[in-house]
Amino acid sequence: MSTSDLAQAAVPAEPVDRTRFAVPGRFLASELALLLRRRRNLAMLCVLAAAPVIVGLALRASSSSDDSGAPAFLGQVTDNGLFLGFSGLMLLMPFFLPLSMSVVSGDSVAGEAGSGTLRYLLIVPVSRGRLLAVKYASCVLFGLIATVLVVTSGMVAGAVMFSTGDVTLLSGTSIGFGETLWRALLMAGYAAVLLAGLAAIGVFVSTLTEVPVAAMASVASIPVLSQILGMIPQLSWLHPWLLTDTWRVFDDFLREPMMTDTIGRGLLTHVGYAAVFFSLAWARLTSRDVTN
Amino acid sequence: MTSAIATTGLTKRFGKRTAVDAIDLDVPDGSVYGFLGPNGSGKTTTIRILLGLAAATAGSVQVLGERIPDGAGTVLPRVGALVDGPAFHPYLSGRDNLVRLDAADRTASPADRRHRIDVALERVGLAAAAGKNYRAYSQGMRQRLGLAAALLRPRELLVLDEPTNGLDPQGTREVRNLVSEVATAGTTVFLSSHLLSEVDQICTHAGIMRSGSLVAQGSIGSLRAALTTRLRIDTRAREDAVDVLRRMGLGDAVADHQGVVGELGSAAAEDVVEELVKSGIPVRQAIVERPGLEELFVALTGEGFDVDE
Repeated sequence: MSTSDLAQAAVPAEPVDRTRFAVPGRFLASELALLLRRRRNLAMLCVLAAAPVIVGLALRASSSSDDSGAPAFLGQVTDNGLFLGFSGLMLLMPFFLPLSMSVVSGDSVAGEAGSGTLRYLLIVPVSRGRLLAVKYASCVLFGLIATVLVVTSGMVAGAVMFSTGDVTLLSGTSIGFGETLWRALLMAGYAAVLLAGLAAIGVFVSTLTEVPVAAMASVASIPVLSQILGMIPQLSWLHPWLLTDTWRVFDDFLREPMMTDTIGRGLLTHVGYAAVFFSLAWARLTSRDVTN
Repeated sequence: MTSAIATTGLTKRFGKRTAVDAIDLDVPDGSVYGFLGPNGSGKTTTIRILLGLAAATAGSVQVLGERIPDGAGTVLPRVGALVDGPAFHPYLSGRDNLVRLDAADRTASPADRRHRIDVALERVGLAAAAGKNYRAYSQGMRQRLGLAAALLRPRELLVLDEPTNGLDPQGTREVRNLVSEVATAGTTVFLSSHLLSEVDQICTHAGIMRSGSLVAQGSIGSLRAALTTRLRIDTRAREDAVDVLRRMGLGDAVADHQGVVGELGSAAAEDVVEELVKSGIPVRQAIVERPGLEELFVALTGEGFDVDE
């Protein structure tokens, strides 16, 4: 600690203008960078990117005569490699994508609370509402990055390993490359909205505890629970409202015209989930004592 | 003199347990205020409430003239704080941790961020280790980084909770110098500690907590005045010396193995020595023992090392 030559740095500050340097997104950018620099998150993204490639390699290695039990799409991949992008999303949406989101969103607030950095953010000061908004937004962006990554990785790997060309849709019509990209983007966006619904639940759970692992595990169990409930016929009245009810409608993007009924319902229910759980998280975080 | 921190009837209860019991803090502007108390006496809880991290059960809090927590958004940019030990992201370097905190601050200028961070790291002696990951830091380096975060911008008030925890003697001295330097420049410093010598050396004011209550508060001078000054005489002729001391009005004068000692009261030490010499008592040494904060602290909080319930 050098002495008096630096003392002039400690003159009392002039009155603070709260919004003078309020560049929107600076904190969000910092948060996203932190998220993407964590080795754990990078590893998850690598697995997500590798999964479609592995599926492609497996398809190429097999003689492809027997695909009786395979999902509807996989057979088409060998005809048109671009289908690997769609298939990747369909294969990862039931488990690995939501698991990644559970880890990221479950850690969001609980991780900061557990390590004590939450109190230092709050006395910067960051208002609790703003903190929550930034945490949620970074989770949503992580979800979008993940889904776009899966589709991109699948399409590129598919194009390298198999033939490409016009994509023949499930309804028989063909679409060109531009239209294919557009539909891929729509699918990735839809998957990101599904993950955003889960992320809101995750951020809420994350405000309940100071133990990030507990939050991650709890969030990861929610889609599983939802899928179990979805298999009980006596609860059919509940099914349209379940989180996972609209997680497997990717086929609908590949019809001409697109079947938007279920997709629309999926978007609506997930925006609803996001609104409800973000509000709960806000109510919780703004009223709690930060004691760690 | 206005107050940098003023609380009235500040109370915090956790369930049935009262952690902070109706305290009226008054930290004058420009002072270096030592907030003392045994472990578990409610110091950190109080600090959390002052910074808006926890809500008070009852009472009101004003920091730099604004009510907390309502005014926290305008007050906290003017306050630097170290609460309950440093906490940073382990996989970011010291510098990147500061960048992150500064990026979260809407009132901080990004234009001079680099410069401010460099200056703060330099001030706490961490410039050389700024690029190392936080997890590789020693306890003392972590403490220094916490101080650097508190000094990222010019502050009107520094709230430092046990700032010398984990520091070696050299580091402790550096922190003391830093606090004095910051205080000289006009910043009010609110310093919690259980190290009395630390507070004794740099504080102008002090408040003493015991089991959630503020049992004493005021300038160091006025706190000391509450304790009696004693005169110790080193002599062979103990019996006679005790007589003289009693005659001079030194109430409870007693002999012990080193000599005699009595409460000085209103008598002047010079007069007592003169009287002793006149009475033919050989005086080897005469010492006026002024009570330190330690005596005061022990008198108010008890000798024991027990953690308060």
